[in-house]
Amino acid sequence: MTNGRRATFWAWLWGLVGLLYFFVPLYGTLDFSLRAKRGEISLLAYQNVFGDPQFLASFAYSARMALLTILISILLVVPTAYWLHLKLPKLRPVVELITLLPFIIPVIVYVFGLIRTFSRPPFLLTQTEWTTDLLLASAYVVISLPYMYRAVDTGLNTLDVHTLTEAAQSLGASWPAIILRVIVPNLRVAILSGALLTFATVIGELILADFLVRPALGPYMVLMGQSRAYEPAALGLLSFALTWISMGLIQFFSRGGAALHPSGR
Amino acid sequence: MPFLEINSVNKVFQDITVVKNFNLHVEQGEFISFLGPSGCGKTTTLRIVAGFEQPSSGTVRLAGADITTQPPNRRNVGMVFQSYALFPNMTVADNVAFGLTLRKKPKDQIQRRVRELLELIHLPDRSQNYPAQLSGGQQQRVALARALAFEPQVLLLDEPLSALDAKIRDELRVEIRRIQQRVGITTIYVTHDQQEAMALSDRVVVMSQGLVEQVGTPFEVYNYPQTSFVAAFVGTLNTLSCAVVDAAQGTLACQGQVFETGAPIAHPAGHALALMLRPEELRYGPGGGQNRLAGEVLDVSFLGATVRVRLKLGGSTLTADLFNERMLVLPRIGETHTFSFPPHACWIMPQQPAN
Repeated sequence: MTNGRRATFWAWLWGLVGLLYFFVPLYGTLDFSLRAKRGEISLLAYQNVFGDPQFLASFAYSARMALLTILISILLVVPTAYWLHLKLPKLRPVVELITLLPFIIPVIVYVFGLIRTFSRPPFLLTQTEWTTDLLLASAYVVISLPYMYRAVDTGLNTLDVHTLTEAAQSLGASWPAIILRVIVPNLRVAILSGALLTFATVIGELILADFLVRPALGPYMVLMGQSRAYEPAALGLLSFALTWISMGLIQFFSRGGAALHPSGR
Repeated sequence: MPFLEINSVNKVFQDITVVKNFNLHVEQGEFISFLGPSGCGKTTTLRIVAGFEQPSSGTVRLAGADITTQPPNRRNVGMVFQSYALFPNMTVADNVAFGLTLRKKPKDQIQRRVRELLELIHLPDRSQNYPAQLSGGQQQRVALARALAFEPQVLLLDEPLSALDAKIRDELRVEIRRIQQRVGITTIYVTHDQQEAMALSDRVVVMSQGLVEQVGTPFEVYNYPQTSFVAAFVGTLNTLSCAVVDAAQGTLACQGQVFETGAPIAHPAGHALALMLRPEELRYGPGGGQNRLAGEVLDVSFLGATVRVRLKLGGSTLTADLFNERMLVLPRIGETHTFSFPPHACWIMPQQPAN
């Protein structure tokens, strides 16, 4: 066997092992989720999940929170990252480090900090539902910051931010016009990537919602896991499918962006 | 009253003064080039006019109004960048329409103006293309149309041809001048390419180390340089170290040969000076004037319309440009040939200290 063929063989072998490692548990979960009826394959567990009004309510709640999180993230991250690129490039490594903090600080520590700070005066936010939702959405913004910031930062790196800004200024554009009409449209794919990653993060998040006692999908899934057998498997797969759909959409729109700018500029 | 006035402008970045006491008055419709090497302050001065930089001192006035502190989006000044800076998310038509859309012009007026400008830049059928689908030259034409669309009072071009290859550069140079003359817009053009500056401009501002060395027509700047920097930077120049022989007669000795300058010299005999001579002033053979020099041919480059000959004259090297003609017998390397030039072709300057 020549060196090239041997390398190809090992590459395929390890690829196969990786795929099995990844897909065998998924297959196991899928198989289990289809055996809710004794002795036959059925979609009963899925029917139960979709038939449960609490599932739909918790999914709708999490989806609403995800959209709110995405909106706040975009409003916060896009102008900040743009300004850093344009005026304060030296601060970029510092901000990058700050955006990585959610990866370093455990969410459980973070949520205790939130509760301690915001459930006593002067920032009493956990007394009403809507202020708690606001607190939860803000916390989601923080934990999804690494994804949104990195996506937008990478998008800005592909643009000549300085010259585009100056070109727009010379044509008479104000700052809001530059951001809304020049920068944001050119960051469309990057913002969408960040938004979908944020969506996937928020939909599957457990600890923040659980400790702030909000009816999100994560706590619902845990609850189901404690009282049912097959439905949690179905929920697990659904949640996984949602993340994969998000990833697929990112890929799809990224390719669309590449087709729009064939030169890669 | 001049249309654009740049008065006593200085610009200091940290401790470095990059523009020193810049003064320029530009008439309406004039085409001015800022010419100089990298770091001479030409782009900074342009950016001060555009409003992207604030001068440390001095004023900029446009059509009588002081615009020194006005932000760039309120200046009504169009700008074309080296990197085109077209908005990648917009079509050619949308790019050109951008300034008009911001000014909330009626839709039919915008469409008419965009059509008109795309005709002007010879790209009427590319209106729905995206910038990435155009060549560099086409992109720069669109950038020019975009900068002209909202009818700015001044057009600024920052090395717009530098990123293009030679052939496109030459074509676009002609186009820029044609369009500027057709529109009649006051234009400032920044370049380090002297040919570009010469070919395009009504007047050239030659800059070095933040200072204006000379302002004049291309003819004046080339033929009557006021400083040794201008003489050396604009065109090719032969510089010979000489000593005054007879101040009243205006004669100098260089490398053992005596040359007439045609005018008295204000320095005593023996005073060291530099004699300047353009390569095209040297004629092959003795018939070009009373100043003659015999030099050893070091190199002959055939350039098509001209033949460039490098000569060794004592310790100096001279360049002579000969017009090509079919009957020309090319000098050969190693041969010694006589070249000549008339007294009025040369001029003298103080000798530069050796670097």
